[in-house]
Amino acid sequence: MGYPHPSHPRETPVLSKYFGDAGARTLDGWRQRGGYEALQKALAMDPQEIQTVVKDSGLRGRGGAGFPTGMKWSFMKPDGKVHYLCCNGDESEPGTFKDREIMRWTPHGLVEGVALGAHAIYAETAYIYIRGEFTEAITQVNRAVEDAYAAGILGANAMGSGKRVDVHVHRGAGAYICGEETALMNSLEGRRGNPRIKPPFPAVAGLFGKPTTINNVETLTTVPYIVKNGAEWYKQFGRPDNPKSIGTKLFSVCGNISRPGNYEVALGFPFKEFLYDLCGGPLPGREIKAVIPGGSSVPILTREEAENAIMDYEGMVASGTMLGSGGVIVFDDRQCMVRQIARLTRFYAHESCAQCSQCREGTAWITRIMERIRDGQGTMEDLDTLLSIADNMSGKTICVLSDSCATPVVSGLKKFRHEFEAKIAANPSKVTVPGALRASAA
Amino acid sequence: MTDVKMVNLTIEGRPVTVPDGTSILEAAKTAGVLVPHYCYHPGLPVAGVCRMCLVEVEKFPKLAPACATTVMEGQVVHVHSPKALEARKGVLEFLLINHPLDCPICDQAGECELQDYAFAEGRADSRYREPKRFNPVEDFGGDVLYVQNRCILCTRCVRFMGDVAQEPVLNVSERGDRAFIGKAEGHDLTNPWAGNVIDLCPVGALLSKDFLNKARAWELDRAATVCTGCSQGCNAVAETRDNVPVRLKPRPNDAVNQYYMCEVGRQTYREFARRDRADQPMVRAGATLQVTEWDEAISAAARAVEGRRVVVVASPNLSNESLFLLERIIGQVNGQGVFRVGRGNSIPLPGATDLALREERAANASGARLLGFAEVPAIGAAVREGDALLIVGDALAEVSEAELAAASQLVFVGTTVPALVAKHATVVLPMTNTLEEEGTFTNLRGRVQRYLQARTAPGVARPTWYVLADLLTAVGGAGQFFVPNEVFAALAATHPKFAGLDYESLGLRGLPIVEQSPSVPAAEVTA
Repeated sequence: MGYPHPSHPRETPVLSKYFGDAGARTLDGWRQRGGYEALQKALAMDPQEIQTVVKDSGLRGRGGAGFPTGMKWSFMKPDGKVHYLCCNGDESEPGTFKDREIMRWTPHGLVEGVALGAHAIYAETAYIYIRGEFTEAITQVNRAVEDAYAAGILGANAMGSGKRVDVHVHRGAGAYICGEETALMNSLEGRRGNPRIKPPFPAVAGLFGKPTTINNVETLTTVPYIVKNGAEWYKQFGRPDNPKSIGTKLFSVCGNISRPGNYEVALGFPFKEFLYDLCGGPLPGREIKAVIPGGSSVPILTREEAENAIMDYEGMVASGTMLGSGGVIVFDDRQCMVRQIARLTRFYAHESCAQCSQCREGTAWITRIMERIRDGQGTMEDLDTLLSIADNMSGKTICVLSDSCATPVVSGLKKFRHEFEAKIAANPSKVTVPGALRASAA
Repeated sequence: MTDVKMVNLTIEGRPVTVPDGTSILEAAKTAGVLVPHYCYHPGLPVAGVCRMCLVEVEKFPKLAPACATTVMEGQVVHVHSPKALEARKGVLEFLLINHPLDCPICDQAGECELQDYAFAEGRADSRYREPKRFNPVEDFGGDVLYVQNRCILCTRCVRFMGDVAQEPVLNVSERGDRAFIGKAEGHDLTNPWAGNVIDLCPVGALLSKDFLNKARAWELDRAATVCTGCSQGCNAVAETRDNVPVRLKPRPNDAVNQYYMCEVGRQTYREFARRDRADQPMVRAGATLQVTEWDEAISAAARAVEGRRVVVVASPNLSNESLFLLERIIGQVNGQGVFRVGRGNSIPLPGATDLALREERAANASGARLLGFAEVPAIGAAVREGDALLIVGDALAEVSEAELAAASQLVFVGTTVPALVAKHATVVLPMTNTLEEEGTFTNLRGRVQRYLQARTAPGVARPTWYVLADLLTAVGGAGQFFVPNEVFAALAATHPKFAGLDYESLGLRGLPIVEQSPSVPAAEVTA
């Protein structure tokens, strides 16, 4: 549902069905709504069997990368080693707040998904890593875990199955980069939250050096529904001409829009109708100028591009962007794109973990140039420099934070270059920046 | 070794075969190709953070960090392709935007990897128009100064203190471009091995306070030497400026010190830089010592030791060659050889195999034992009334004035003339110190290692082996040697444990002496 707004008839509420329903937060309430039936069923199943069901359902990771969940789980074999499941609830991507609502309203749904996922990957221990700022979500999930332990759902004999499932809740300390899976593991281990070099991949050596699977909150919360209703049931969601994107997805909408909030639609939904119909379009008398469709790390779309986009993994790629985490940020005609992009790069410059040279220095450099242009001190040369820096920062670092910082700059310069040029043209200074002459002569 | 799978690949068009699991960077080294890098160091865990070693690997979608990518069969690697060069140019630009242009006052200039690679592959100009980041210099304690502005955050120092010294005092503090190397509150870099972070630092961010502003790198002359601080025998480079020793730095040797050297060893250069040197031979004339010619002094020394029981006190810092000649002198006269070793606490470097500042604080006690010298707790016990005393290599410690007075004759071969010697010596023969001569030491594991001459001797002081060869001849022995090489050859010919060794095969990394068990043929050891 379009929480906090009433559900729209064109939504497909699966995960968001109980958003705003305080009764669903309690263990009894969750059981009355059909909770823990899937876990009961799954604990009696062979993990291999669960992996097959999830693989058949076509579920893909909802954290941003869209990696097929069933395939990720199938990397975990019954090899007798200790396995871990990590649930990534660090949701720190600007513009994204879907996991927060899942954890606030249906904490038992998450606990059920985590327990089920742990069983499916031959793990006895699972960690839920929650962003530090999500105080209410942490309270809810903590209470749900406590209740689940008290009811024997978790613990040495989970739901009487004879299987051990332990779930630990960990509160992050507020770094964006800890949402990156390997940085999250370092953080969980008590180290500085720096992304690790891959290989080795987490499935080989992850948390505490053990084979580890890491899934997003939304992904894990979806799994019980699939186990309960079957893969075929889940396949009904999605557009018929694209079998690669299956299921429902939560979209968090914010910015200059009439009804910001969380909306759950089946993948393949037309973005134009989503923006204008479900979310109510721009504020009265305004016009949408640009949309970031999947969290701040994905390329920006112009209004025309957004209106022609389709909301699934392939559809967004076809429009030159990505589905990402589903964090939709809308800008209307009042917004200065230079200012907005400068704000985004400042965020990345602040959050860079400082490991890779390109990211540490590049994010800060880009920010300084962007803010100089924003403040009316830019030169035309700066635009070339920006693109060159962005190029040097992309695809060369341990994780993708560096690329994420470059993306809005590159797409912004491509699509809103006139705004940059207008800012530069308004530069009152007639003196070129020192060194510019020397640079062009070299 | 035979069960290690070998992998064939091509790097810059050169075919190489390396063991499975080797990184592209190491494989490139064997192919003779240097992949520029900062954070990678063979002695430290791989961090993969500087992104300088990006190379193009065919069929890879992205550039690969050579330090963190293992080789694969049939791989084709391009180190200097336009794509890889462009990426490294980018990294260099990023590293330089906040790096001060203070090379003219930076100690690292001339031996700075940032300077070298920027010159080789960087941009000629800077596109950075913003103000540079500025942070003050911080004293890290011990011998280390941290110049934050020059730091490129390669984290070699952090990894050394954490994984090798295993005293995690350093860390990366803050994030983004505000990040810097932080020091744990209340701790200083006083670990005896902490000085290695200065050598590990590829730029001028970590500097030695001791060496600060003493010399420019290009003014230094360098010679391979072996540290005399203890019996570990760390390979070192002695650096001199205008014939004055200014520092010792470790010289990599996997079999001995890997890449490291301790603080005690580094400071030994001071002893070699002493200026109160004995630089002319002297003989006693009444109450004073009189300067004389070498020939006369040698004859006087020979007269002093002949016809008496001679106690030879050798310094455990003498070379194998000198000890061997002393052994011959003892055989020629009625003599007895003793030595004494100073001792201290053993301080191991936990992350390195078999590396420690050893208890025995002398370079060649093993050699002295092998050549028949007896270790005594105090020299005095060996001296009897009427004996001649031949002290070689400043080995005066633990010899009391009473004992010196008891000896009927005192021949002193040393680098200085202490007051006691000036009062009692019959003859003083000035010798060179370790940095002024060539020779070999045997370390505590029985490894024979060469050291080379790093500076000229003061006055007319002569190499120790040369002085002793002359003395040997003067007492009637066969001491006709013209280069230390020949002395060592004679040593190897007469001592089975040294059999098969010669200067050429020792090279600059040394070789172990022949094992006790006869099953190991000498050829294998020297191979």
